[in-house]
Amino acid sequence: MQLSVWTYEGPPHVGAMRIATALKDVHYVLHAPQGDTYADLLFTMIERRDHRPPVTYTTFQARDLGGDTAELFKRAVHEAYERFRPAAILVGASCTAELIQDDPGGLAKRLGLPVPVIPLELPSYQRRENWGAGETFYQVVRTLAGGAPRPAAPRAPGATRSCNLLGPTALGFRHRDDILELTRLLADMGIRVNVVAPLGAAAADIARLPEADFNVVLYGEIATPAAEWLQRTYRQPYTKSIPIGLNGTRDFVREVATLAGLDADAEVARISARSAWYSRSVDSTYLTGKRVFVFGDATHALGAARVATEELGFQLVGLGTYTRERAREVRAAAEAHGLTALITDDYLEVERAIEAATPELVLGTQMERHIAKRLQVPCAVISAPVHVQDFPARYSPQMGAEGANVLFDTWVHPLMMGLEEHLLTMFREDFEFGDLSPSHLGHAPSPRVDHTVEMSTTLLPGGGAAVAEMAVADAGVTLADEPAAPAPPVAAGAPRWQPQAEQELKKIPFFVRGKARRNTERYAAERGITDITLDTLYEAKAHFSR
Amino acid sequence: MTATLPTPAGCAVPARPEKGLPVLRERGQREVFCGLTGIVWLHRKMQDAFFLVVGSRTCAHLLQSAAGVMIFAEPRFATAIIEDKDLAGRSDAQDELDRVVGELLARRPGIRSLFLVGSCPSEVIKLDLGRAAERLNRRHGPAGVRVFNYSGSGIETTFTQGEDACLAALVPALPEAPADAEPNLLVVGTLPDIVEDQFARIFAALGIEQVRFFPPRRSAELPAVGPTTRVLLAQPFLADTVRTLLERGATHLRAPFPFGVSGTTRWLTAACDAFHIPSEHLRRTCLPMAERARVALEAHRRWLAGKRVMFFPDSQLEIPLARFLAEELGMELAEVGVPYLHRELVGPDLEALPRGVQLAEGQDVDRQLDRCRAARPDLVVCGLGLANPLEAEGLATKWSIELIFSPVHGYDQAGDLAELFTRPLRRRNVLTV
Repeated sequence: MQLSVWTYEGPPHVGAMRIATALKDVHYVLHAPQGDTYADLLFTMIERRDHRPPVTYTTFQARDLGGDTAELFKRAVHEAYERFRPAAILVGASCTAELIQDDPGGLAKRLGLPVPVIPLELPSYQRRENWGAGETFYQVVRTLAGGAPRPAAPRAPGATRSCNLLGPTALGFRHRDDILELTRLLADMGIRVNVVAPLGAAAADIARLPEADFNVVLYGEIATPAAEWLQRTYRQPYTKSIPIGLNGTRDFVREVATLAGLDADAEVARISARSAWYSRSVDSTYLTGKRVFVFGDATHALGAARVATEELGFQLVGLGTYTRERAREVRAAAEAHGLTALITDDYLEVERAIEAATPELVLGTQMERHIAKRLQVPCAVISAPVHVQDFPARYSPQMGAEGANVLFDTWVHPLMMGLEEHLLTMFREDFEFGDLSPSHLGHAPSPRVDHTVEMSTTLLPGGGAAVAEMAVADAGVTLADEPAAPAPPVAAGAPRWQPQAEQELKKIPFFVRGKARRNTERYAAERGITDITLDTLYEAKAHFSR
Repeated sequence: MTATLPTPAGCAVPARPEKGLPVLRERGQREVFCGLTGIVWLHRKMQDAFFLVVGSRTCAHLLQSAAGVMIFAEPRFATAIIEDKDLAGRSDAQDELDRVVGELLARRPGIRSLFLVGSCPSEVIKLDLGRAAERLNRRHGPAGVRVFNYSGSGIETTFTQGEDACLAALVPALPEAPADAEPNLLVVGTLPDIVEDQFARIFAALGIEQVRFFPPRRSAELPAVGPTTRVLLAQPFLADTVRTLLERGATHLRAPFPFGVSGTTRWLTAACDAFHIPSEHLRRTCLPMAERARVALEAHRRWLAGKRVMFFPDSQLEIPLARFLAEELGMELAEVGVPYLHRELVGPDLEALPRGVQLAEGQDVDRQLDRCRAARPDLVVCGLGLANPLEAEGLATKWSIELIFSPVHGYDQAGDLAELFTRPLRRRNVLTV
């Protein structure tokens, strides 16, 4: 058993739902008890989809367990086919149905439906959401595209000047916009997108996948198993680079140009983004060496680590992923920065790592956003798991040249602009100057209130006075183990601040004051210094600025 | 659980008249949460309690999606996720549970009550949480932690039944009130604190002095129960809780639920009757509140009177709310769906429904959607999985979940409750995009 507070990924059948919902005319019949339908609201509320996911749940109950749950399943498949007339049916079990071993695949096949039935074996007690999405997409591709004739010889590069975009799903982090951005980028290179899948593809489109010269893998977590099969079966090579950031996009263009038989140097030379100049402009000098902690799925974490260091001049102080399947790549990337990668899906472990790394910016998922909020560190979201606000109304890709611009804006906005930072130094002794948030957005850091509930999520979409009221009531309760309020508590035996040193500390800009305090105390504690004097403060400063 | 899901097997059973109300019983896909969801509000109500679901990643994901990734501090619920090795017998699930609970209590020394919550997988593999609770009580009891267990599994409970199962599990731990104790009132069902305080003031003004609420705000401060206890339900989904309280000698006061002016007045009347408080005193005490509630409702009546509303089954609040909308706001009822029909608990509300209203029990969501599309009601009360798709089809919706989380009971929330139904209509009126 694993004690879990929050999870980065749902169960594998939710991954299968993301594929089914992305496809146009495929229906998924899920053997599942009442309650598993909660997953529908991920799509209808978080992503604001205007249709229910194409999923039928059998909804078995305790008293069915002694009876015939298999019959219930067969009836559900039959009725779903009659009602929705899909071009293909996915069948599978959620975690509970897996235990009762009804064999949904075998049962559905015996119904003799006139459409392909794709059985999904998704081990719920071993695997997780992205793996489930990858496996489902692979099974869909294998079943629906497997009938095309196998090519006898390797393809000539650029034979049809076309490729497929693989990996975007329902509930994906900006998948919707990445497709558009990369389709434009490829069009500029004279390359046609044959099929985008699974998002927006019909079963008949999946059958056309083998017609393209090569595959573009947007999100390896989801598309790699299918892309590998297409490579083995139809000799379609696939791209490995992650087109996130300007440099990532250039590498991607070089790879694509080579696969398409184009002049790679000429194609790369045409790629530019405003973000490059913005990063070189003087206002951005303040970004130099900002400590950034990156955590997300492997694709986005790897992309973000590269952009953060190469394109914004940040210092990477932490890199991690919950995508265990791609741990090797992330470990290698972290090592290149002298770090040990954090490979975990334990939220509390991530929280501890962030706290220890004392970053000035966190690039993570919605969960890290909450950690950062608690630590009062600016944060931008770069990866799923997603939240309603990760589906903005505006065009907001993460990939390609426009993606690089979007990243520049979204990562820099939570920080303070260079012009502001220098004015702060000038004004900080003005008596009217308050300790505001280190952001031009002006949301002042509020005192920590444990158990405060943020209202803007799924089940509580509009917010309600009830919970707000409960949250206020909650604030009065302190469980002994709750993290302390912003003012760090003085532990017994901790070094004491002499008044003069304390005064001096207050002259340090507030947005680095906490770090200065922590560093000085650490410096003192490590040396057995009991009283922090003015000199200790500056010795520590010199020590840590090496 | 008791027979609280009494739908027969098979699909739609032909409507049959029952006390003048036809009931359509359906069996099919249910678009309703399981009982685990109750943890979302129970953990906030009892702030020294911790809820440990023994289940799968799906359970953890459900709770996270239901609560949202929205709590700053570490939440007071978690999931002990069953893994392959637990199923394959490579580890003893009871030992694993002991280890997980040990870790948890070490992390959270403020916990006074720990609820082990059963789930679909734990029920199917027959993991005995009762035995685990007994053992853990022996181990952690001396440190002041009480361990309870109940099932919130979807194969046994629907949505709000999770609270019923939780409270029923607490009842045996309630102290015994002596047989000659003063008559006392026990208000049962989670209410927001602000509403609870309002009701406490009203009961005090009425002269009912011994009033306790269950669940309490601190799980360690359990109210006593005995033969002089009168139980007044604040929520309509507490069948097992009531049954176990009656077994402890308490008396159940039959009343409609306190929604709107009439509902609240009749609810309070039931209490007054039991405590021999003259109705004139009730009338005088509550008149100003009832009056201002009536004024608040009047504004909403203009929007709602004559409009047709349809309820999809969700929280069991459907019948009391349908009563409120029909009786106090003049709405017409297109169809009132409930997960299960408990005639005893919702009887007084049921009796006040207009004759001929179509009730539906259980669910086959696709068929119900067909009926909804055919009926084209002016407002559909449904869960979050259905709301946006129905809006996209041009139907106005109200998410039922808000009715569970918002303060909606009593006189001073009557206007707010009505507002939840008018807002979607007003919004459609305002928008020109």
